Amino acid sequence: MKKRAVVCNSRDNVATVLEDIKKGSLITVNIEKRSIEIKIENDIKLGHKFALKYINKGDQIIKYGESIGTATSEIKKGEWVHIHNLESNRGRGDIERGIK
Amino acid sequence: MKREFLGYVRDNGLVGTRNYVGIMSTVVCANEVARAIKNNVKGCMLITHHQGCCQTPPDLKIITDSLISLAKNPNLAAILLVSLGCEGTDTDRIEKEITAFGKPVKKIVIQKVGGSINAISKGSVIAEQLLSKISSCKREKVDISRLIVGVKCGSSDATSGLASNPATGAAVDILVKYGGSVIFGETTEFIGAEQILTKRASSKRVSKRIYEIVNGMEKRAKTMGVDMRQGQPTPGNIAGGLSSIEEKSLGAIVKSGSCQIEDVLDYSEILGNRKGLYIKDTPGREPDALTGFVIGGASVVLFTTGRGAPQGHPVAPIIKICGNPQTVDNLGVHIDIDVSSILTENSSIKESGEKIFREIIDVASGKKVKAEICNYNETMDIWVKGPVI
Repeated sequence: MKKRAVVCNSRDNVATVLEDIKKGSLITVNIEKRSIEIKIENDIKLGHKFALKYINKGDQIIKYGESIGTATSEIKKGEWVHIHNLESNRGRGDIERGIK
Repeated sequence: MKREFLGYVRDNGLVGTRNYVGIMSTVVCANEVARAIKNNVKGCMLITHHQGCCQTPPDLKIITDSLISLAKNPNLAAILLVSLGCEGTDTDRIEKEITAFGKPVKKIVIQKVGGSINAISKGSVIAEQLLSKISSCKREKVDISRLIVGVKCGSSDATSGLASNPATGAAVDILVKYGGSVIFGETTEFIGAEQILTKRASSKRVSKRIYEIVNGMEKRAKTMGVDMRQGQPTPGNIAGGLSSIEEKSLGAIVKSGSCQIEDVLDYSEILGNRKGLYIKDTPGREPDALTGFVIGGASVVLFTTGRGAPQGHPVAPIIKICGNPQTVDNLGVHIDIDVSSILTENSSIKESGEKIFREIIDVASGKKVKAEICNYNETMDIWVKGPVI
């Protein structure tokens, strides 16, 4: 069966979708030898991410086994993860200047 | 796998994949004359940029050094320098160093020959003579170990990190295993992934140098006092699913494969006869980064894309590799290698890497890439760090 989403590393808390996915779809993802089913909470476009589990505000978002940023709000399992709820930890001239 | 290609072996031993006369503007103010000369003589390539005047001495030195290194690229068999006459670029040093390198070089100075129309006319005659001289160069069989390949990603999306970049990394590993040379860069796109790259450094000095160039790039971005997101990752990257520079970087560095990183090259530095995998300190933007690899001596460049970047480069053929099935459908006119089956049919990354390697051999031997066929080859610039004053 064609994979509809991929998890890059077993430490990741997000998966990347490989086709446009509709809200309410049930997606099966493989994490090492386990296989889990997740209900998708938003329409998600090819290449975008959803949460594999509940993520607290302030938690690190992990992809490729590494941090790709910090959650700016709580994120539900199956919810779309992108710039509306993830901020980068790097290149932040705003933080350095005390604007944010 | 076949390990030989048909290249142009130059007197100094470097091997080209193309045989051009480079019409090289030495300052932004000479670009239009250079373009007119190039349009008059078939077989010339246009080398322009926005630099060369009203800049600080460190940048003027980078520009002069970069033009010298670029002129040494083995795809260029002869050079015509087009100068205005009052620029900050050291055109005498450029002419002297290219001559010392053993490459035919001529110079036309717009202010000395009576203005643009005279410069175009006289320059075109010189370009015709240079072209006629180099057109008898013939391709011969050479081992892949004599090829220098650049690696770049552009208009990336989330498929880049999952398909085209890992496949390109597999091709890079084959090249290095066979004794070839590879240059990658885009220092901005190491931010958030430097802890992985530095583990592959050949020494503590090289590891330290990688941290230094990343810190330098991030520091320059932060001086603007804003979140650099929108600049990096770009709006297109973001639309394609990349949420932060860290995510973009982690997906980007896999295009360099898994081999040891021998050293870090400065922007204007030439690789010469050194073998293996090297980093060149460049920004992520295409015109500046591609020029950086060609300055290093790359005579072919691998370029992965998710959303579909059209541009080539005047000096080297750019091979476009795409893993996004929607982009392959929509922008096939700009894609040389489709690796989307990694995502749609679970094809192996190793097989796609071998497919890319075979294409390198073909393109190095003369097969035209899409950017050459579409005649989209003049987008280039030279990267400077200081202000225009």
